[in-house]
Amino acid sequence: MDTIGIIFYAGLTLAIIGTALGMLFNRNAVYSAIFLVLNLTMVAVLYLTLGAPFIAMAQVTVYAGAIMVLFLFVIMLLGAEKLVVKEPLQGQRLIAILLGVAILAQAAALIITQLDNVSPLDIPGPEFASPSAIGTVMFKNYSLPFLVIAFILLTSAVGAVVLTRPGRSALRKQAEEKKELEHPGGGN
Amino acid sequence: MPLVYFLALSMILFVLGAMGVILRRNALMIFMSLELMFNAANIAFVTFATQYKLLNGQVFVFFVMAVAAAEVGIGLALMVQIFRSKQSIDVDQMNSLKG
Repeated sequence: MDTIGIIFYAGLTLAIIGTALGMLFNRNAVYSAIFLVLNLTMVAVLYLTLGAPFIAMAQVTVYAGAIMVLFLFVIMLLGAEKLVVKEPLQGQRLIAILLGVAILAQAAALIITQLDNVSPLDIPGPEFASPSAIGTVMFKNYSLPFLVIAFILLTSAVGAVVLTRPGRSALRKQAEEKKELEHPGGGN
Repeated sequence: MPLVYFLALSMILFVLGAMGVILRRNALMIFMSLELMFNAANIAFVTFATQYKLLNGQVFVFFVMAVAAAEVGIGLALMVQIFRSKQSIDVDQMNSLKG
């Protein structure tokens, strides 16, 4: 691989890991969400170089677009960027770092032992993962999971509406208050 | 680029996301770290799809994205309700069932 490619991939990888770290260690939840948007966009570029243009577009529209807008909306609705939360959990910090280092050491050992027989990943042409090819595979081999996903999304939408709607007791209280205003002093 | 480099990137992102889930107390930050872990899994899926020239991995990335969207919709609705009743999204405060 030529130098430009190495520089490109190294810069992309550093940007992905850097934005992930920025997301993790930022105190302000809004900045964290923006860092996550950046991270997802960089990963979309990585998908593009891996020969998955349709996935890259879906990543930008679904993840960096829809899901992160929902996140930002809820953060600002709750005012969560100003909430003081005691961070981080002191007792778990050491265990978490130890376990993280352990799993990364395993990955590093795998890379070092496997490095002698690596072959460059040859990136397929644009016709490999074209939208029509993906659609063919999805509707031929995965039509049942597709239907299940449709039901999951429908359930999620209905569930979100049911969860955020004011409860029945709150509605009854409102109705009683209204009645009280219309007929003051009279119980029945 | 060899396959293992992409898998290493996926592994590092997954560990960072898991650390966010373990270390943070803000429930919204835990959700964002979960998204990071989903993303790491997606990178591994796309890498193997490219390696073996099979589109099944890329189709699964779609399913993962759809499940993540459903999870975020329900999870954020729950978060709004918990914030309304407790005025906090600290996960340590969510212990009402403890009595």
